[in-house]
Amino acid sequence: MKITELFERGEFVVSAEVGPPKGFHVEHLIEEAKTYLSGITAVNVTDNQSSVMRLGSLAMCKALKDEGLTPIFQLTCRDRNRIALQSDLLSAAMFGIENLLLLTGDHTKMGDHPQAKPVFDLDSVSLIHTVKKLEEGVDLGGNPLIGEPPSFAKGAVVSPCSDSVDAQLAKMERKVRAGADYFQTQAVFEPEKFIKFMEKAKQFGKPVQVGIIIPKSVGMARFMNNNVAGVHVPEEMIEELKKDKEKTKAGITGVEIAARIIKECKPYCQGVHIMALGWESKVPELLKLAEI
Amino acid sequence: MLITELKPRETIASLVDGKKVFIINCIGCKEVYFPEKEIRELENELSASGNVTGIITTDYICNPDNMKLRLEKHTGEIEAADAVLVFSCGVGVQTIASYLEEKAVYAGCDTCRLPGFQGVTPLEYKCDQCGECYLNLTGGICPITACSKSLVNGQCGGAKDGMCEVDGSMECGWERIYRRLEEIGRLDVLKCPTQVRNFATDDEVSAE
Ligand code: SF4
Ligand code: SF4
Repeated sequence: MKITELFERGEFVVSAEVGPPKGFHVEHLIEEAKTYLSGITAVNVTDNQSSVMRLGSLAMCKALKDEGLTPIFQLTCRDRNRIALQSDLLSAAMFGIENLLLLTGDHTKMGDHPQAKPVFDLDSVSLIHTVKKLEEGVDLGGNPLIGEPPSFAKGAVVSPCSDSVDAQLAKMERKVRAGADYFQTQAVFEPEKFIKFMEKAKQFGKPVQVGIIIPKSVGMARFMNNNVAGVHVPEEMIEELKKDKEKTKAGITGVEIAARIIKECKPYCQGVHIMALGWESKVPELLKLAEI
Repeated sequence: MLITELKPRETIASLVDGKKVFIINCIGCKEVYFPEKEIRELENELSASGNVTGIITTDYICNPDNMKLRLEKHTGEIEAADAVLVFSCGVGVQTIASYLEEKAVYAGCDTCRLPGFQGVTPLEYKCDQCGECYLNLTGGICPITACSKSLVNGQCGGAKDGMCEVDGSMECGWERIYRRLEEIGRLDVLKCPTQVRNFATDDEVSAE
């Protein structure tokens, strides 16, 4: 099922993210996804997230699909040139994987193989353009595909709390013009900024899922503030995490904060995307508290 | 060694049509092959249309001190123009664009690579001789060398406080491009069609 169909029906779409392991034993991950994420619309599978080498996104998507979940295949331009990217897209179509999230990807220097060659033959925008061409029955080289062309829900990302939000909006527009069908955002901790962003992003007429990270600790919040682009955890939230150490450790504070953010953003967007970062087990509780 | 090729006539026409233009020509730098004859033909055509406010033909426009003096001599003609069209390698265009911050500065050439020794170019601006000069879409800042990922369709989500995700001591090239376009009132160029890089140009040139 394409998640765009749900947006069209006016449903509030919930997705969460899983990261494949460095290794090929995925039984545990699949069990976890079945237990905690089967109630939600779709599950994103990251593509060598943060440039750290792991099991492939496509293989994990297939495994989740076989278990009845709806995967979103994340695809970055860092590790593959246009031939490999298109080839993987056709492979996804063969497996019946219909949802994509198309990204530029972090630089290789950010990960655990800093010596690797960064590819970036395409980027997020030209990758969206490429998928659109495949859907029209030709590849990027202009050669016809054999048989019925594939069809995907083409997702892209945007960073609403970035300090250069105008440049982000311009990039978002380029993605829309290239053929993006829906957007997932970078993690939001400042609902006011997100709401302001949505006022401007509305003009593009594409559904947006607000990105949510459950803050696990003061250290994590500070780390994100110092290192993660477009993410800023306000000081009051850090204070809240500081207050009751036991409660924070148990995840209760983080879930409360995240639920509050979702509630505030919900009237302005079409869905939520949860990056649980290992706290998948907290997702059902979070959604309950956020009244979704 | 590098080589510049004149951009297709239609591309240049779309940049300068109906506008008053000032032309800057760089010739005679030993490291670069320039399509001098073609440039002269085009120059004559443009002059015949009466839209050229002035022409500078010189060498080493990438030498900042030298260039500053020369530009100052032509201030009136440059001010009278809507756009400045530069026939040079990518470094030359970037040098001019940085001097004429408020003007639309366009590249009339693509800069391609030739195998062998690469000329002595100054260090302030870099050109990677990508074969398909993007400076007209980026306010005269080279996206190939100013962006760590050489992106051609806008910034990645990685910049933090204006700095590049790969190198915290380097400003994000695409934020610079965005600000420059904002300054010269040309944010509209960001609505250009999706750019797909052509890595075949290197080989095609060297095969000739
Ligand atoms: S875009 Fe950059 S690398 Fe390419 S020709 Fe122009 S200045 Fe040189
Ligand atoms: S942060 Fe800016 S300069 Fe660095 S790779 Fe991304 S777009 Fe390019």
